[in-house]
Formats: sequence, C-alpha cells, structure tokens
Amino acid sequence: MIDRAPDRPTVRVEDVHKRFGRLEVLRGISFDVARGEVVVVIGPSGSGKSTLLRCINHLEKIQQGRIYVDGELVGYRVENGNLKEESEARIARQRSRVGFVFQRFNLFQHLSAIENLTEAPVHVLGLSPRLAREQAREMLSVVGLEDKARAMPAQLSGGQQQRVAIARALMMNPKLMLFDEPTSALDPELVGEVLKVIKYLARTTGMTMIVVTHEMDFAADVANRILFMDGGVVVEEGPPAQFDNPREPRTREFLRRVLQRDGAEEETEPDKLDVNGGSQ
Amino acid sequence: MTAEPSAPPRPEQTDADFWLRTYRRFAGPLWFFAWSLLAGIILWLILDVEWHTVREFLFNDRILKGLRVTLFLTLWSMLLGVILGLLFGVMRVAHSSIVNGLANLYIWVIRGTPVLLQLFIVYFGLRDYIQPSWLGDTPFGNIPLLRDFNDVGFRAAVIALGVNEGAYMAEIVRAGIISVDTGQMEAARSLGMTNLQGMRRIVLPQAVRVIVPPTGNELIALTKNTSLVFTIGVFELFAFARQIYGRNFDIFELLLVAAFWYLVVTTVLSIGQAMLEARLASTREEAETRPLWRRALDVLNRPRLDGVGRD
Repeated sequence: MIDRAPDRPTVRVEDVHKRFGRLEVLRGISFDVARGEVVVVIGPSGSGKSTLLRCINHLEKIQQGRIYVDGELVGYRVENGNLKEESEARIARQRSRVGFVFQRFNLFQHLSAIENLTEAPVHVLGLSPRLAREQAREMLSVVGLEDKARAMPAQLSGGQQQRVAIARALMMNPKLMLFDEPTSALDPELVGEVLKVIKYLARTTGMTMIVVTHEMDFAADVANRILFMDGGVVVEEGPPAQFDNPREPRTREFLRRVLQRDGAEEETEPDKLDVNGGSQ
Repeated sequence: MTAEPSAPPRPEQTDADFWLRTYRRFAGPLWFFAWSLLAGIILWLILDVEWHTVREFLFNDRILKGLRVTLFLTLWSMLLGVILGLLFGVMRVAHSSIVNGLANLYIWVIRGTPVLLQLFIVYFGLRDYIQPSWLGDTPFGNIPLLRDFNDVGFRAAVIALGVNEGAYMAEIVRAGIISVDTGQMEAARSLGMTNLQGMRRIVLPQAVRVIVPPTGNELIALTKNTSLVFTIGVFELFAFARQIYGRNFDIFELLLVAAFWYLVVTTVLSIGQAMLEARLASTREEAETRPLWRRALDVLNRPRLDGVGRD
C-alpha cells in the first residue's frame, strides 16, 4: 500500500478539502513537492495557506483527500475506502519527522533556549541528554545564537526566538520543514536575520521546505516554485519568473497590491509611524 | 501576580529617608501587630477567661497529639486532593466528551454537596469498603507515617476530605492549564509529543504559577475543614479540645487553645505560600536580588483582590 519508489515526492497533496463547520477553507488542493524543493505559498489572508500547512502536519483534520509525506499517508489510514484517523502515537511519530515553524515562535516559555532544543530529541527520540546538548550547541551556532544557549525565551528578541524555533525544529532531523509566516510577527528590522537562516537552509542543506510568506522578494529569491492560493484553491503555480508576469488576473491583482504596499513601506521614514498603513 | 511598581531613583538619602523607607517596608506587619495587641487587650477586658488555664493546656499532651493528627490529616487529604485534581483537571480540558463528562460529573456532585455530608457518606455509607473484614484491626501496624490509617475514621476522613479537595483542585488545575497559550501544546505536538507528554512536560510546568496561589488557599481551608472530622469520632485537635472541656468545663479556654494552634498552622502555611509565590515570580522578573523573605513580605502585604476563601 505504501509507495516506496525512490523518486516519490516528499510531499503529495491530493484533492484536499478542509471545512470548519460550514465554511470550506480548502476546496480541493493538489500539488507535489519533490525532495530538496523549496515551495513558497503566497496569497491573501484567509486564502487557506496556513490551514494547508497545518493539515500537512495533521495539526488540523481534513474532510476529504490524501496527504502523503515521504510516501506515507499523514494522519489517516484507509479502511474500506474511507479515511480513518490514525492512533495518536502514530500521528506523533509522523509529526516528529516534519519540522514546523510557527508565526508566533511558540518557544517553550519555561525552558532555556538550549532546553527548548533538547526537549523533543531526548523525550521523543530517546537521545541521551548529553548528546542532545552537544547537537543543540552546534545547531544554535548554525542559527548564530551559540551565546544565547542559557537565555530564556522572554529574554530574546523576536528574531532570536524565531531562530531558536527553527533550530528546535531542525534538531529532530526532519525530512520536511514547514514555515507558517515565519516573519509576520516580527518587527521589520528583525525580518532579515530570520530569512537569512531560512535561505541558508534552502541553499546549503537542500532541505525540502514549504514556506508560507508575504515577503515577495524572499519568495522570488529562495523558491523553486511558487503557489498562489486564493479562496481555498491553488490559482496559479510555477517558477518565480512566471510571477513577474502572472497569467491569472487574480494573481496579478494580488501582486499589484502587495508590491504597492511594499513600495509604500520603503518610502516611509523608519522612525515615523505609518499612519495610512499598507493593505494588510 | 501583578508586578510591583519599582521605586523612583532617589538622588540622595538622608536619615529621614531611611526611617521613612524602613517604616514603609514594615508598616504592614507593624500595624498588624499593633491591632492584634489591641484586640488582645479588649478580649482580656471583656471576656472572663482564665488565662492560666489557657496557658496550662496550650502544650497539653492530648492537644499536641490532636495537633499532630490534624497535620497528618491535612497532609494526606491534600495529597489525595492534588492527585485527583491533576487527574480531573486534565480530564476537564480533554477533547473527548466522554472523559470530559466524567470529570464534570465528579466536580458537579462534590462541589454541590456539603463536605460534612460527604464525610458521613464515606464513614457510614461506605463502611464495608473502608473497613473490610479481611483488613483486620491494625493493618498498618506501627509504621511511623501510616500508623494513623489504622483508625477507620481517619481513613474515611482522608478519603472524604481528599475527594472533596480534588474537585476544587480540578477547577484550579483547569484554570492553570487554560492560562497557558495554546501554541505551547501545538509546538509540543509538532515536535512529535503525544498530548499526554505535552501536557506533562510543557503545559503543566507552566501552569504551576497560576495553580500555586489558589492551592495555598485550599490547603489553609482544608486545615480548618479537618475540624469537622470529630463528628465521625476522629480525635484531632478540635476533638481533643472538646473532650477536655467536656470533663473540666473550661470551654472557652480550650476553644482558645484550639484557635491558637489553628492560627499557628495557617500562619505558617501562609508564609510558606508567600515565599513559594515570591520564588515563582522571581524566575520571570529579571534582576530580582532582594532576599526571599522580603519578597514574601510583599506578597503577604499586597492587597487581596483575588477573592475570599470559599468558606
């Protein structure tokens, strides 16, 4: 039943539907992500980008369709053609192979930076605490925070917290990293340091990643492929170059608005309040 | 849990400043002491109390024995209450309505009936279970800490008070759990932890700050509630006081003796609670270098806005 072909995609999403009550947030999404590929998902808020990402990690249930990570059906097993939710232990094991980076970091507030990193490797993977600490130190230096090992999350800036969160996810040696608007909760001057880490991951380690973001420059820079979502469906998909001159009118409209906003931000003096704001 | 406003920087300190500062720091305890002195004098004047009788029975053997039983009764009941509270508190936030419903039933029944009635139900209604024939008269022999459990009444009391306490603790634990940001549990799950692991390792340790202060109140309330168990023939502090005045008719003097010891116990508990709270607060607020007892003083002195005890 489980497809183990060597060229199988790291992620396969097939006709996924997700409803919150009567509201259908995902209305038939399908796409593949090949090993080592970086897919950036863009789209207006409420288009279902984050929900899609959360479904891939089974943080949300789906009502229809299939999601495979590394050839394994995520969160469900098929019984008589119907989806049946898997046991909690199995879902937990599946999640342990997928890194998830949250918009609001969600560092464990009662643990220091290094303890945040060692918690899951020790208590989920059964790594020895000493080995885990060694690896955690290395991982912190990868994200440039080796001197913050003993700091508590509350003592770190947003950008530093997010970098710790990325390191925490990497500690599990994931096959796939999911980034849910990793810079949206950050002050503008802290966005760069986080994007730099993600870029490094994409370029140097060849990590398979799906990134939901509003940072268009970053998307164009790092993505192998961009998905544009609107209203719970993938409207347009293709290499970044295609989005210089999108085919779909909805994509054009969205990009026009986003670029307008980015332009407006650049004109604003940094220490002046942006009263008019951009369309958020 | 509110942060204390920090003092504005003072350019120079004179002697007058020093005394004013010292007064401000100790004003609470100072006036507390002054008022208790006044209350004592009034009691002295208006009540016909034989103070030498009070003094005579303060360290009476039976009173001290009763005090010991009161303390152990509180300890064991609270232990049972905390265990049940954690269990049912976690059940209370479970997604399963089956699990949730069971916890709701427990809390509903226990909080909706008087603790005295629960005590009687356990002692008289469930007597066959707490004193089964195979258990024998002294199942715990002379084991130091468990010796008290030889008494059927003591067993019934611990069960009744513990189960009662568990319902209140469950609500406190639940409040603590929902005070922790839901993102914490999501992060735990995203790293491959099960719900139970995430609860135990991530959520509950963070809920402790919210759980500790009301738990201190519960412990104090429970200490006082143990005085109810004289009704099922358990000899603790209050029961011994009653026994003694039943013989010598120095009723008021012995009630004062009992009151004194209850106050000693609850005061010690209050101070312990304040110190624990101060410790928990300090890990969050940086640059807290004052000694623990001084921070505990702040905790004791701060205005009480968090409601009154339940009885």
